[in-house]
Amino acid sequence: MLDKTLIGKSFPALMVDVEKWQLKFFAKAVGEENPIYFDEESAIAEGYRSILAPPTYGVTLGCAVPDPFFRAKAVGLDATRILHTAQSFEYFEPICGGDQITLVATITDVFEKRRGAFKFMVEETVATNQLGQLTTRFRQTVVDRA
Amino acid sequence: MKEIFFDQIAIGEQLPSLTKPPITRTTLAYFCGASNDHNPVHVDSDFARAAGADDVFVHGMLDMAYMAQLLTGWVPQAAIRSFGVKFGAIVYVGDTITCHGEVVDKVEIDGVYILKLKLKAVDQKGESKLTGDAQVRVSAPKVGE
Repeated sequence: MLDKTLIGKSFPALMVDVEKWQLKFFAKAVGEENPIYFDEESAIAEGYRSILAPPTYGVTLGCAVPDPFFRAKAVGLDATRILHTAQSFEYFEPICGGDQITLVATITDVFEKRRGAFKFMVEETVATNQLGQLTTRFRQTVVDRA
Repeated sequence: MKEIFFDQIAIGEQLPSLTKPPITRTTLAYFCGASNDHNPVHVDSDFARAAGADDVFVHGMLDMAYMAQLLTGWVPQAAIRSFGVKFGAIVYVGDTITCHGEVVDKVEIDGVYILKLKLKAVDQKGESKLTGDAQVRVSAPKVGE
């Protein structure tokens, strides 16, 4: 059940390797033309450690588990019924291929609209790299259409 | 990429818009694997219909990735301080997304020059699909140099 008691619930930290092949695949999927997003030499020439992860990539890292919907399921949401309604990011240090990112997700809000017909969950994720630097903090809002 | 100076940008200035190719089922299959979002509502038409939808629909994060390209086509990624969107309407296979951005405010905070942007993505009929905002850092005014 989605209710206010879930606010403040944190999920176990997730450690994810930033795979270069997947960054290249992501670039292909979105039709990226800037080589810093798929070619390591170009990224290094621009001062990055390796291929640069694009701005929305934190969400992809957060889904890098056998079941990307485990957090939604853990709070009783049906992944096939939920809709992503909002997403935001704050940026600090870049994420690059070869990095190891630790993600910690916390439920920061649960609320209803239309007298409970729509239940919303807001989750905030903090992503830190292998150097202990904060890379990005992002917030995802989903609605249960049930 | 052209360097952007704080004093050379006026409130109301439009970013160069970005139109992506029509979204195909292949696009969704690629994005499914590339983004780690394997939700069948985005790739499996049989599943989507059984779940009550007309067909598969586009990942919101694909639309947001397109909007990110509008930003990174205008400023280096490192200049983006924040970026957020609301997914207003579902995008379907065959839709063509165009991303727009506009400078709505300019602020200087402790020597950091920031432009506030309002963002919008529309489909081929001009229907709004996604709205958002971003803050980007630009170079100090050129005035007096």
